[in-house]
Amino acid sequence: MGGDPENRTLKLLKVGAARDLGGPFSALYSRGERMSGQPKRLLRNLNAKIAAIPMVLTTLVVFVGGTIWTVVYSFTDSKLLPRLRWVGFDQYERLWSNSRWMVSIENLMFFGVLSLVFTISVGFLLAVLMDQKIRYEDTFRTIMLYPFALSFIVTGLVWQWILNPQFGIEGIVRGWGWESFSFDPLNNPQTVLYGLLIAGLWQGTGFVMCLMLAGLRGIDEDIWKAARVDGIATWKTYLVVIVPMMRPVFITTLVIVAAGIIKLYDLVVAQTSGGPGGNASQVPAMYVYDYMFQAQNLGQGFAASTMMLLSVLIVLIPWAYLEFGGKKHG
Amino acid sequence: MTKSIEVKDLTLNFGSVSVLKNMNIDVQEGEFVVLLGPSGCGKSTLLNCLAGLLDITEGQIWIKGKNVTWSEPSARGIGMVFQSYALYPQMTVRGNLSFGLKNQRMPKDEIDRRVARASEILQIGPLLDRKPGALSGGQRQRVAIGRALVRDVDVFLFDEPLSNLDAKLRSELRVEIKRLHSKLNNTMVYVTHDQIEALTLADRIAVMKGGVIQQLSDPQTIYNKPSNLFVAGFIGSPSMNFLHGKTVDGGKAFHFGDHKIDLAGYDGGAVLERDQAILGVRPEHITVSHDAPAGPSIPAVVEIDEHLGADSLLWLKAGTKELCVRVPVEGRLPAGTKVHLGLDIAKASLFDNKTEQRI
Ligand SMILES: Nc1ncnc2c1ncn2[C@@H]1O[C@H](COP(=O)(O)OP(=O)(O)OP(=O)(O)O)[C@@H](O)[C@H]1O
Ligand SMILES: [Mg+2]
Repeated sequence: MGGDPENRTLKLLKVGAARDLGGPFSALYSRGERMSGQPKRLLRNLNAKIAAIPMVLTTLVVFVGGTIWTVVYSFTDSKLLPRLRWVGFDQYERLWSNSRWMVSIENLMFFGVLSLVFTISVGFLLAVLMDQKIRYEDTFRTIMLYPFALSFIVTGLVWQWILNPQFGIEGIVRGWGWESFSFDPLNNPQTVLYGLLIAGLWQGTGFVMCLMLAGLRGIDEDIWKAARVDGIATWKTYLVVIVPMMRPVFITTLVIVAAGIIKLYDLVVAQTSGGPGGNASQVPAMYVYDYMFQAQNLGQGFAASTMMLLSVLIVLIPWAYLEFGGKKHG
Repeated sequence: MTKSIEVKDLTLNFGSVSVLKNMNIDVQEGEFVVLLGPSGCGKSTLLNCLAGLLDITEGQIWIKGKNVTWSEPSARGIGMVFQSYALYPQMTVRGNLSFGLKNQRMPKDEIDRRVARASEILQIGPLLDRKPGALSGGQRQRVAIGRALVRDVDVFLFDEPLSNLDAKLRSELRVEIKRLHSKLNNTMVYVTHDQIEALTLADRIAVMKGGVIQQLSDPQTIYNKPSNLFVAGFIGSPSMNFLHGKTVDGGKAFHFGDHKIDLAGYDGGAVLERDQAILGVRPEHITVSHDAPAGPSIPAVVEIDEHLGADSLLWLKAGTKELCVRVPVEGRLPAGTKVHLGLDIAKASLFDNKTEQRI
């Protein structure tokens, strides 16, 4: 894998970051848009608009339509096949009194918070290290990005082996002669989530690092010089000046990572299948899948996926507001 | 007068590329020195070395009698202003001005006093509680100057501070920087590639090329007696006319094409006889007349007449040689007119063809 496509994304990200960091141009854009008259606007680029209709329709039908369909049917008692027999909030009541769902939610919260905190902080730290004009930066960046290119299934299987007591770390250390060494996080309900966390971090930090690095590179070098002339220590400059300037990058990263966490499924399936002890590492997406396709209880699955949709929206709406709505403040 | 900045044998290499070569500059206290040169000649690099933002390869830098070669930028007693303003975007103007001072744990009333003084001098009082994003370019640059001002230092370093502004604002702020200098009377080193800025602001101009200072003198001397061909061609717009020829009669005359130009009154060294020499004459030091004057003159044909408002430029052809002459508006001539040119030798410069130095 050459560094080329990856470089291109990085450049794109950089451009995005530069725009978000303000500057005279963002003001120009919005002013230009505001000046164009309303009636002309509808007719302008008519051909392009007609050409876009199929895509807009597809989006509406497939995405919006599918979403609405799911939400509507979550209020029915659909079993194997969807049917429109209304049961009100019954499915939701059953969902929230199901201990397996509650465990899934708890697990997701625990995994989610730790994973967010660690991927973002470790990713940022790695980016800062990368930013010290080190040699072989491209190589490091590519290496760090490799895990991200793997599917979660592969990541999960790899880490299942690494953490496997017989063939993984425990086996190796015991092979060195430390017979009593034990390291088996995946088979202990108390620690299984940490096992998932390691794999999640391994996969996610490289990507976060690249986002952050693009953000760091988008910052005017003169800011650094000004801070040095002002006598601000490097760590303090990062903390007080650079991080606030990278707010849009942080928010974007947060949203991408958080949305990924809520959808967490394949990693768990590959590493633990929700075990040990039946449901120590259950997550909501597994619940949805199991009820829809195994328990043949579509209504329950729809209710659960509606809850997931809701939580994604809770993450996305503040972001969308900050990104697109709150542009007016300095 | 005491020396404010001394640069001794400064050399800077980026890897194997030598960007600054063995530089020696003394800047007097209260002096306004402009670093002028084409893009990539090392102006910013030199300024960053003075500021301590770049580690130099060889040599020493002294500021106010102290060897600061290895001091941190904040310990050198300098303030710096950047082309891109480099304000901290999420802090208010007041925050920008006071951030560095707070970081030094300066008492609050002293910080307030300095901020108040700077905002009065630069007239940014009403902007103090705004963020940089809500300021115009000119206002941002004022704030950036203010950030250097509150440091209460003796040396100001400017890196093309006006290049991001439009022409009108640029000339306004140029005057303001001049005023600031005469008010504070501190040392200023100012990087620009705009010669108008250089000629109007500077006490002395350092013309640079390829990491070497070509000439370091007051604007008058730089303009009238450029020390070499590069400086002569770089300063002045439109550029000086260069006539390639030779000196004859023991250095008393310059032979150009079929014409002989008397060098009596030349303000320079001994001319001697040279096979190849270059005579440089600025457009405003050539006179145009319809009739051949008494002495020797160069016949030419007007090609283009450019009207500039206050005066106009005539582009002429003398044989195959293109020349440009600045004439008063009344002296405008239609294309095709045959004229005779007279050169003001007292204000001309003669260069050696090989060394390119002024004779
Ligand atoms: N970090 C660096 N590594 C290698 N070469 C560099 C570096 N920084 C600058 N240079 C080189 O040093 C030379 C001088 O650069 P400098 O920025 O000082 O030019 P300048 O005179 O300020 O030009 P400009 O008017 O365009 O700002 C250039 O040729 C540039 O390519
Ligand atoms: Mg520069």
